[in-house]
Amino acid sequence: MALLEIHDLHASVEGHEILKGVSLTVNAGEVHSIMGPNGSGKSTLSAVLARRDAYKVTGGTVLFNGKDLLEMDPEEAACEGVFLAFQYPVEIPGIGNAYFLRSAMNAIRKHHGEDELDAMDFLPLYKERMKLLEMDEKFMNRSVNEGFSGGEKKRNEILQMAMLEPKLAILDETDSGLDIDALRIVSQGVNAMRGKDRAFLVITHYQRLLNYIKPDYVHVLVDGKIARSGGPELALELEEKGYGWAEADAPQAQPA
Amino acid sequence: MATTTPRLEKYLEAYEAVRAQGHDREPVWLEQLREDGWARFSAKGFPSTHDEDWRFTNLAALAKTAFRRAAQGEIAAPAEQLERYRVAGTACQLVFINGRFAPQLSDLGSLPDGLLVCSLKQAIDCGREGCAPEGIEQHLGRYANMDRDVFTALNTALWEDGAYLRVRRGVALEQPIHLLYVSAGAQIATHPRTLIIAENGSQASVIEDYVSLGSEAAFSNAVTELAAGEEAVIAHFLVERENTASFNVSTLRIEQSRSAQVDTHSILLGGGLVRNNVHPVLNGEGAECLINGLFVGAGRQQGAGQHMDNYMLVEHAQPHCSSRQFYNGILADNAHGVFHGRIVVHKDAQKTDAKQTNRNLLLSDHARIDTKPQLEIYADDVKCTHGATIGQIDESQLFYLRSRGFTLADARNLLLYAFAAECLDRMREPAAREFAEALIRERLEELTAAAKATGTGAQEESEPNREELG
Ligand SMILES: Nc1ncnc2c1ncn2[C@@H]1O[C@H](COP(=O)(O)OP(=O)(O)OP(=O)(O)O)[C@@H](O)[C@H]1O
Ligand SMILES: [Mg+2]
Repeated sequence: MALLEIHDLHASVEGHEILKGVSLTVNAGEVHSIMGPNGSGKSTLSAVLARRDAYKVTGGTVLFNGKDLLEMDPEEAACEGVFLAFQYPVEIPGIGNAYFLRSAMNAIRKHHGEDELDAMDFLPLYKERMKLLEMDEKFMNRSVNEGFSGGEKKRNEILQMAMLEPKLAILDETDSGLDIDALRIVSQGVNAMRGKDRAFLVITHYQRLLNYIKPDYVHVLVDGKIARSGGPELALELEEKGYGWAEADAPQAQPA
Repeated sequence: MATTTPRLEKYLEAYEAVRAQGHDREPVWLEQLREDGWARFSAKGFPSTHDEDWRFTNLAALAKTAFRRAAQGEIAAPAEQLERYRVAGTACQLVFINGRFAPQLSDLGSLPDGLLVCSLKQAIDCGREGCAPEGIEQHLGRYANMDRDVFTALNTALWEDGAYLRVRRGVALEQPIHLLYVSAGAQIATHPRTLIIAENGSQASVIEDYVSLGSEAAFSNAVTELAAGEEAVIAHFLVERENTASFNVSTLRIEQSRSAQVDTHSILLGGGLVRNNVHPVLNGEGAECLINGLFVGAGRQQGAGQHMDNYMLVEHAQPHCSSRQFYNGILADNAHGVFHGRIVVHKDAQKTDAKQTNRNLLLSDHARIDTKPQLEIYADDVKCTHGATIGQIDESQLFYLRSRGFTLADARNLLLYAFAAECLDRMREPAAREFAEALIRERLEELTAAAKATGTGAQEESEPNREELG
């Protein structure tokens, strides 16, 4: 059974159809990259998978781990193992990072019938992962993303991913806004988490990220549909020929 | 001009009883004060919504209820029932039942030197016997304005007791003083009067706490005068947590001398119709005032939602003073909030620095807020800013939290708490802050639980479904 099976997904925002029949199968252990021009629907796809209310599904099915993902609330999807690293992480003044993350972990643990982590169990783990991502401990007590630089926010997303250990991590342009060192550090963080039980959907505009995080498959989303699929070489070809080429003669290479 | 309706007769009865009781006991100046108060109240009656200061608050329900004066000893409040109203970490607690001091229920602890705490009536009786009553005549009724405000006039005519605090020059209290005003019984009106005199260089915190025993309607009409001497550092907390059948009008009048620093915190969680008047006068150079508040209103079992009207009048009378107003409102169901923030800068008050911010969260389509800044500036070299926002819980924040596993209820609760915590963060007195925090948490949890039970309040779910089919 595939970890994620998207079949003919249609979705709209504010009455506009954005996804127009997306099909995609992701097995545990795989890394899929999704590329595509601005406005083609990449973030919309991630929002639908993370179950954001404003994004209405108007057709198709999505199975996650064999369960109907479209029936789930955002919190259920999160507890089942879907994680979205936001393209634009949200600032939440007044809520401390450490408190926020420990509560999130405990919500997920509770869902699985596990005991809650107290601060004593949580803190060493948190500090260790922060170190891995070369984040200063002072971020711990600051409000979630408040006043963080663009790159700091992205790192904080990956830190949360590292703590929550999802089954499916969707990284929506995590590389944008990262400096060269941060790109390397964040990629290392992601690579350290690759494993046979976990899959990644890596949304990016830049082949450069894929030098660090080597995908198994690359898909090109154009106007709400997957126009092309292929191996890592597709990203190189795209970089060379541009999206026009991907749109022009789309052979629909997706092996369903 | 609502003079002698049958309802107002109850107030006349109360006035006559209070006068009879004070006859031969109260000093002449006090009798005069009461007479003046009564004259003003009986001439004007309760204000109507035509009165600009009462535009958003309709007092018809208050005016037509026959609130009466409690009979002596009518309610015996058992000590056990008051146990849950103790506040940890306070220096002492004075308990008033229906406006009368209850020494057997109070805990005067071991008061530090340089602090005088007793009931105002005791202090005045004491004065009659010639033992250290100093200051009362110079301060009582000197600040609160009976001409402007009929509630102050009514309180002045009818008060029976309240707290009297005097902190001596240079004395710093380490723990706050807790004044617990309890309403109990049906349709009882009380008029607590508090006088706080902080001498030069003194430091103290006072919590004024209004609660009800039982669910019957009460009317509390409180007036507090706080005189802060030079360089005094004072924090005042008002906690309104009476039942939602009750009316509460409170007036805090602060007089600040040179470089006095006063923080006021209003925490309005209970009450049905609440009017919170805060009126600092910065009357000495370099005085600073923080006017901080949180009001949380929701529906009621019967009738309309809670109504919370905050009327700020910040007067800058001398140069180089600063005032900071921060009020946050959370309104659910069909609650109605009002924030009227008036700043008056007198012509000599150059270099005034006044700031006002009112932020509101509306949790339902029926909740309502009226927010009105009013700046009157007669000096030319001043800095005055004001701003108000009205919003809903931010959908993207809600989604962010839910995408990390928080339930909708927990996410809402957390965001509400973060909003409320802006006010908590401005409280510097640890015991009072902790107390306020626990009350606010409890109130917000009630709100979220109620929203969950009735399925209301979740903004994004009540939105029309914009899905396009086919
Ligand atoms: N709330 C909304 N209201 C109206 N249109 C929206 C809304 N959200 C997204 N859209 C539109 O949907 C389309 C797809 O947006 P989406 O964010 O999914 O694109 P994307 O592929 O992630 O683009 P980018 O590469 O720029 O991040 C865009 O044309 C966008 O304007
Ligand atoms: Mg995007």
